[in-house]
Amino acid sequence: MIISLSKDVVIIQREQDVVLFRNRVKEFATKIKMGLVNQTKLITAASELVRNMIRYAEGGDISIEVVSKGRENGIRLTFKDTGPGIADIQLAMKDGYSTGKSLGLGLPGAKRLVNDFNITSEVNKGTVVTIIKWANG
Amino acid sequence: MDKIPILRMGPFLLVTIQVDLYDRLALNLEADLVQMVSKTGAKGVLIDISAVSIVDSFMGRIIGNIANMSRILDAETVVVGMQPAVAITLVELGLPLKGVYTALDVEKGMNLLRSKISLVEDEDVNEEDDNIPV
Amino acid sequence: MALDITKILKSKKKSLFEDWMKNQLSNEGLREDLVSNEDLRAQSEELINILLQTLTPENLSDPSSASFDPVLEILSGIAIVRAQQGFSPRETGLFVISLKEALLARLQEEVKDNPIAIFEESLKLNRVMDHFIINSFETFIKGREEVILRQTDEIAEISTPVIRIWDGILALPIIGTLDSSRTQIIMESLLNEIVATGSSITILDISGVPAVDSLVAQHLIKTVSATRLMGAECIISGIRPEIAQTIVHLGIELTNIVTKATLASALRYAFQTLNLQVRKAGTQNATNQ
Repeated sequence: MIISLSKDVVIIQREQDVVLFRNRVKEFATKIKMGLVNQTKLITAASELVRNMIRYAEGGDISIEVVSKGRENGIRLTFKDTGPGIADIQLAMKDGYSTGKSLGLGLPGAKRLVNDFNITSEVNKGTVVTIIKWANG
Repeated sequence: MDKIPILRMGPFLLVTIQVDLYDRLALNLEADLVQMVSKTGAKGVLIDISAVSIVDSFMGRIIGNIANMSRILDAETVVVGMQPAVAITLVELGLPLKGVYTALDVEKGMNLLRSKISLVEDEDVNEEDDNIPV
Repeated sequence: MALDITKILKSKKKSLFEDWMKNQLSNEGLREDLVSNEDLRAQSEELINILLQTLTPENLSDPSSASFDPVLEILSGIAIVRAQQGFSPRETGLFVISLKEALLARLQEEVKDNPIAIFEESLKLNRVMDHFIINSFETFIKGREEVILRQTDEIAEISTPVIRIWDGILALPIIGTLDSSRTQIIMESLLNEIVATGSSITILDISGVPAVDSLVAQHLIKTVSATRLMGAECIISGIRPEIAQTIVHLGIELTNIVTKATLASALRYAFQTLNLQVRKAGTQNATNQ
């Protein structure tokens, strides 16, 4: 069972908000004593997902939560946008696939960097991505 | 507007990234740097990322672009001072920055660039090579 | 009038405590080697005091009442200590179970005239005590888990020694199986050591790795890629013939990685790369003359 301990919401509208958001995630991760490598992985994954949000959905909002499962603490990030959505999630999760002009590492790369990755999307409605990184994961 | 300064050191250009890059800034750096390589005829580009705590796929792509563009303009690119956590994350992300030279610090990067240039141009500035006993 | 067993129990604290101690001391699960009689008495007295203090007719029918928190706190403390001292779960459980028995036996003796009421009240008391027993088991297991976790950390720590074998050359002998969490630790300590020593060559010696499958190979490749990103070269040494065989049979691509059969030949390669020469003192003299 995963329990949420504290929560904060960041609204992303412009590119510069990304730096602010990264710092918030770092604050949270430091608070639960996440190691430097895991912090870097989490923030990099978050960075990939925020970029998608800005590029394809013109922003959205992200909730940052400290969660706990048994004796483990972690950070859960939920990225919500009301953009065009993803028609074929399986295809989007494949390495090297991109509808924009990028390396296509964003989604699959982000998944590899975290412990838990969940994506739901509805065309023309929006996309929700949830990731969890445990402090010792 | 924010700008990342590009320093000229002899035949090389040195860029030290001290701030967290957002995408526009990184794109500007790419354009500025390629302009500078072409204008100065630099033979090498050193990008010091020792102060950078996050390199995601976009930043990785910019670095790869800079290396490829510079190579077309006859300059080699060396990325120096990557933090361990960043290196581990990049590997996990699936982005091993193929085709980009790396070095531990600016000094080692400079040496690497010198050896690359002397190999390519076969200059006799570098006399040490001839002195190695057979 | 309702029967208030809490009052009865409170008034019999002294004899209850003695009953309980007798139960504990006569039990074959008593561990005199782990806890002295005085300590056991002190622990028991503390628990029984706080239990009888908190027990009221109201919370008797509500085992999860917050008013029991002080009792649980003491119990948890005892269970955790016992877990660390090496008590078995049975011995830890008996501590509370024997108290329950003492309480019920005492009630039976004190209230003889009202069997229906005593049955109901005993059930309630039973529930409360069972709640405590479950709780002490939980904390006991948590305590054991902590011990295991600490040992795992220690093993991980000592099993990845990064050795500086020359100026600018690091070696890391890997012993045992390589899984992803161990690879993480290895990568981290290796890369940090590269930064700390400014080394430009690292040697991963896998003589002590029992088997290399495609997953282990992937971990090795990742480690090599990460060291390269830092600007250092990574050589893999200690490849036994059977490992070379499996690598080829599995179709694992190691062509971009410098591999050597032994640590010695890896070191020789590292010397060459750094333009170092190691000679016998005699030959040195010969060239000087």
